[in-house]
Amino acid sequence: MAVPAPVLTMSGIGKQFPGVKALDDVDLRLLPGEVHALMGENGAGKSTLIKVLTGVHPADAGTIELAGRTVAFGSPLEAQQAGISTVYQEVNLCPNLSVAENILLGREPRRLGRIDWRRMRARAHQLLARLDVRLDVSAPLSVYSLAVQQMVAIARAVDIDARVLILDEPTSSLDADEVQQLFRVMRRLKEEGIAILFVSHFLDQIYEISDRMTILRNGRLVGEYPTSELSQVELVAKMIGQELAALERLHGEAKTFDRPLVEARGLGRSGAIEPFSLTIHEGEVVGLAGLLGSGRTEVARLLFGADHAGSGELAIGGAPTSLRTPRAAMTHRIAFCSENRKEDGLVPDLTVRENIVLALQATRGWTRPVPRETQDDLVGKYVKALRISPPNPEIPVRNLSGGNQQKVVLARWLILEPRLLILDEPTRGIDVGAKAEIQRLVAELSDGGMAVLFISAELEEVLRLSHKVEVLRDRRLVAELPNDESLTTDVLLETIASGGRVS
Amino acid sequence: MRRLLWPAVVLVLLLALNIFFTPSFFSVQVRDGHLYGSLIDILRFGAPLILVSIGMTLVIATGGIDLSVGSVVAISGALACLQISEDAGLPMAVAAALGLCLVLGAWNGFLVAAVGIQPIIATLILMVAGRGLAQLITDGQIITINDPAYKVIGGGYWLTVPFGILVVIAVLGITAFLTRRLALGMLIESVGGNAEASRLAGIRARGIVIMVYASAALCAGVAGLMISSNVSSADGNNAGLWIELDAILAVVIGGTSLAGGRFSLSGTVLGALIIQTLTTTIYSIGVPPETTLLFKALVVTAVCLIQSPSFRAKAFRRRGRSAPTQPSPEERVLAGRGGTA
Repeated sequence: MAVPAPVLTMSGIGKQFPGVKALDDVDLRLLPGEVHALMGENGAGKSTLIKVLTGVHPADAGTIELAGRTVAFGSPLEAQQAGISTVYQEVNLCPNLSVAENILLGREPRRLGRIDWRRMRARAHQLLARLDVRLDVSAPLSVYSLAVQQMVAIARAVDIDARVLILDEPTSSLDADEVQQLFRVMRRLKEEGIAILFVSHFLDQIYEISDRMTILRNGRLVGEYPTSELSQVELVAKMIGQELAALERLHGEAKTFDRPLVEARGLGRSGAIEPFSLTIHEGEVVGLAGLLGSGRTEVARLLFGADHAGSGELAIGGAPTSLRTPRAAMTHRIAFCSENRKEDGLVPDLTVRENIVLALQATRGWTRPVPRETQDDLVGKYVKALRISPPNPEIPVRNLSGGNQQKVVLARWLILEPRLLILDEPTRGIDVGAKAEIQRLVAELSDGGMAVLFISAELEEVLRLSHKVEVLRDRRLVAELPNDESLTTDVLLETIASGGRVS
Repeated sequence: MRRLLWPAVVLVLLLALNIFFTPSFFSVQVRDGHLYGSLIDILRFGAPLILVSIGMTLVIATGGIDLSVGSVVAISGALACLQISEDAGLPMAVAAALGLCLVLGAWNGFLVAAVGIQPIIATLILMVAGRGLAQLITDGQIITINDPAYKVIGGGYWLTVPFGILVVIAVLGITAFLTRRLALGMLIESVGGNAEASRLAGIRARGIVIMVYASAALCAGVAGLMISSNVSSADGNNAGLWIELDAILAVVIGGTSLAGGRFSLSGTVLGALIIQTLTTTIYSIGVPPETTLLFKALVVTAVCLIQSPSFRAKAFRRRGRSAPTQPSPEERVLAGRGGTA
């Protein structure tokens, strides 16, 4: 089969940020009608490469050729007009506008200078139908789930006469069915001859949908491979630059837990989570399993005092207490790494160092600053231990990649040496290498006596780390399963699906 | 330090412009044991604005804004002058005035942090009501006083230096100590940068916000004493009129984003000095009175444009450098600025 001429060729791309060499001599070729996976760890330069391609950042070096013509886009708009559309990881739409407005924002059909609403709705309908999505296009976008919003974003992107569609982690918040729906759409667009650049951390998805892949590491090109010729193990090895030791179940022998740390009795909050009872012991890793929206985060927020419990009792270390604020939880040495690091975790303007010492400083109040030496020691220690990259604590945290930002939030809580660490999706949207590191860290911390409440959408991960698993469904805690030999992902899935009635 | 470059350049240019019209502009002499000269005048007359702007900087850094400082200036002067005219004594007068300002500021902070009213609305209440309060204190009249000790605050000298300048230096020093030596600055920037993340990191934002509004009112109170002392009278209607807008402008010119987060005290001082120098320049180069506001607006627009990296990039066709992806603070407020200067 003859290889068609690439629709897009990037060669020798280089990009320098203050303090970071983000890209160095990177090549990328996209063929028409292929799904091309862009692979790499956090901070490998995937997002930067996409931003250079779409005109968000100008390249410092290298050339971009689109359909044989050399181009340089000054803005995402120019890129879009040339046929390069992007759907970003975080949906960039206006939740207060209607679905139709979102899809056609900026290119509304007009008549006599006024917006032709009827044609606009019809056009939006038609575009969504192409993706097999049926919605009330005049409803505000905010009434739909994140997954549907993602579809709307894709509909918006492919409306433009797209030759290249970039999907930057479109699947990280979708469930299995929605992923399949997305893949159907991608296959159809592929048949139309559109080149799709696909970024995802889910290796299975990559192998299911992509034809070829380009791998980056530390801002450099590792290589370009047909997906069918590279095994998953080889891929991971190329991404992290070493062979990844197989991950066993991280807890060797069974431990007994007899010192309850946090005991919740009938704790609940109407509209968020039905009353639940839960005991977390010292040194115990408790996994929370359940679908998105099943109430996992709500349990965590109640235990951290981020939301007020409407009912029930809570005892910490045997003493009854009520957590009215996060600060109250922190005095009991409970820490909470939110799943939403952008909104609930980081202060993007502040430096990495300031973000890391923020919680420690908060516990001391503003009158007792953490001495600069102590700050530098602590920060240096955790930047090294968590391998935060780039290892420069004085750059604004927003310049870091997603996974490294996650590590910054984690470091913030670890320096407080909490007794209970609540981790809400700590490994979402980060690469395999960092994921394994964080998992290993959780196991180590719990061996050291710290209790961990571990929330993850990935059942395997929950299973690997937890001593017991709490299963949530429809905002209700439906089952508590000890993690012994008999517990498998299938059992967990079944429990989630049946709501605990079978077992 | 780079972000202070452009305000500094503008200030130097403005000062340099004066030399063409007033050859003696840069000369500073000691006359009758007092420092004397145009530069000293700029500092002396700019002192109230610098004070108000310092308080405003902290408020803006938390993501808020304080429109009431002008009214607080009037209230402070009014109460102090009333007390002095009733022979309460200088310490009592100053303490009463500043005490009331603290209470008013804490009230603003309470409305914003505890009740949850948007800062622009919460402080608008006191902006309007405060003028009424000031007139209530002065009974609708202009109180004139004759107290040499009170006169020192705005018009006096100490060791040849105008007293007002010393007050500014003291307030600036205290603020810099609290925010940069202690951890107040970082917590303010954190609350302004991401309020929810700060709450989840255990920061008690409420206390910080109330404190910040209280200190803004306190700064305005000191400025109010200075202004009324300078003219030995209290005018509830006109004292500190529109100073809040100049202060906001000074903060923005100094590089602090109206969106909150990072702030720069030295930038604010530069910003306030630019505004004061501009006012002085307008008089010294003889701009016709009916066009002064327009002239000021044009200069301020130019200043803001020159500070905007993306404008500079466009104007000077410099490409290939990494342009910021977000609009700079100057751009964000540019639209709503025209007439405030």
